[in-house]
Amino acid sequence: MIIEAEQLSRNFTVAEAGEGRGWNRLRRRSRTIHAVRDVSFTVERGEAVGYIGANGAGKSTTIKMLTGILVPSSGRVTVCGLQPVPQRQALARKIGVVFGQRSQLWWDLPLQDSFPILGAMHRQPESRWRPRFSELSEQMGLGPFLTSPVRQLSLGQRMRGEVAAALLHRPELVILDEPTIGLDMISKESLRRFLDFERREHGTTLLLTTHDMSDVQRLCQRILVVDDGVIAFDGPLTGLSEVAEARRTMVIDFVAPLDGAGLVLPPGAEHLGAEAEGIRHRIAFDPRLLSAAALLAAVSTSAEVADLSLHEPDIEDLVRQLYTSAR
Amino acid sequence: MAEIEALDSTWVTNAKLLRLLISARLRSQTAYRGSFAADVAGQVVLALTEFVELYAILHNIPTFGGLTFAQALLVFAFASIGFSIGDLLLGETDSMSDAIRMGKLEVLLTRPLPVLLQLMTSDFQLRRVGRLAFALLAMAAALFLTDIDWDPGKVVLFIITPLAGAAIFGALFVGAGASQFWLVDGRQFGNAFTYGGRYVASMPGAALFLPMQVFFTFVVPATLVAYAPSLVLLELEGPAGIPSWTGWLGLPAAVVLWGLMLLLWRAAIKKYTGAGG
Repeated sequence: MIIEAEQLSRNFTVAEAGEGRGWNRLRRRSRTIHAVRDVSFTVERGEAVGYIGANGAGKSTTIKMLTGILVPSSGRVTVCGLQPVPQRQALARKIGVVFGQRSQLWWDLPLQDSFPILGAMHRQPESRWRPRFSELSEQMGLGPFLTSPVRQLSLGQRMRGEVAAALLHRPELVILDEPTIGLDMISKESLRRFLDFERREHGTTLLLTTHDMSDVQRLCQRILVVDDGVIAFDGPLTGLSEVAEARRTMVIDFVAPLDGAGLVLPPGAEHLGAEAEGIRHRIAFDPRLLSAAALLAAVSTSAEVADLSLHEPDIEDLVRQLYTSAR
Repeated sequence: MAEIEALDSTWVTNAKLLRLLISARLRSQTAYRGSFAADVAGQVVLALTEFVELYAILHNIPTFGGLTFAQALLVFAFASIGFSIGDLLLGETDSMSDAIRMGKLEVLLTRPLPVLLQLMTSDFQLRRVGRLAFALLAMAAALFLTDIDWDPGKVVLFIITPLAGAAIFGALFVGAGASQFWLVDGRQFGNAFTYGGRYVASMPGAALFLPMQVFFTFVVPATLVAYAPSLVLLELEGPAGIPSWTGWLGLPAAVVLWGLMLLLWRAAIKKYTGAGG
């Protein structure tokens, strides 16, 4: 087992400004927040695990406990056979960490200059990191912008650089915190394809947090859903995909107001409601039964469509549904 | 794995790593040539104003804290050299609260190197070389203007004084950085010791009140950076709170201060990770 977490908890004490008058204002009260409560799970070598949950559900806190940034308030955790905080530097050599919103590259230097430094930090001779760098650079298509300063790269280019940087020392475990946040579809897809290849080729274990259900569907066989600091669901993706695939929402604006009852809907679609005095209608549909194009064609027979948009189910809804179905 | 482990302890890889880190830093800074030149010029002007302040005082009174202009210049030069080297190496700790707020510290914690070492190399401020150059110039002038009766002991003291000074200021910077883990906007508090220490160090200590003399000699050893060793070199009697034998205390004080500040730094990192202080 590469990750073993047992009854892991983490509390934060938050100071609140005192109430009252005069000197009483200076007397502070503190409140304890339970960011993570009694979380237990294990991850096997070579697994790809999606760690999902709403904002503030405790994902980042758990990741910080796994990487040695935070000590658990109680419970036990071992990663790669090491205790993260006391053996932080030894652990850093075995894992790769990607934080979607912070960079570990040298901002003002050309992208390619970060790699010799990282290689040296991980005490790898050039004969070891250089071939790996060439391999990563080729697979992630870094070539065209290797000589550009990191600050000039687009977000998608920089993220590819970040992932390559985290994988340079051939870590056994890669932890990615929101790796696809803010990326366009093409960048997301190439990143996913690469991570999947990396896991198959080298047996690298992946643990990622994300808000994007497609990340999980493309990459992970198993998901951990954390809600309000507790694990709400731990299981294979099949349970999730039923929920995740189900019920996308199409929002349609008609040219003229229309009564919802007047809409002709094919099987698999359901009218959710109308807004803006009957101009805007929300229709839920199951993409396994009905394609978006077929739905649009059906709706167009009732009235002239001015505009439309499609919405994926959001993670908060999914977590709620999973939570209820797991009970 | 054995091959990697064996490489671990070699000096070669450590030295190479340090060289890579520093050269990366230097290249980053020179990436914007215009602003770099302006920064260097700014540092020289800053050092110049500090000097003008001293000059203005001694232009109006014959001696300042018992020192003539040339003697005061020697104190000023020692203090400036010590401070600029300390600042060059560890000045980054000054913005520790920003690093904490922006999550930069978390990135540093996920790398297999001590955080302090990464900070030292992450901000090797080449522009601060401007200040050091000015300080060396002031030292040359001071040596030319003063009449020191050299002997081997004084030569040794002359060499160790800037090094001890750099170490003392470096330790104060580490302490200032560590304090920002407890005080969210602790920059000003830290600056009181670092920049405040520099101000006291470049002054003739006798100009301070007696309790201040004792405080800045035996608690925050600012007078040991420049004034006390200058007394030894110039063969002058010190004031009550800073006897001239303290001139030799710079190095031991630096060692003790580093020990204390490293403990504080460790406690600070432990505080951040929540491991208990």
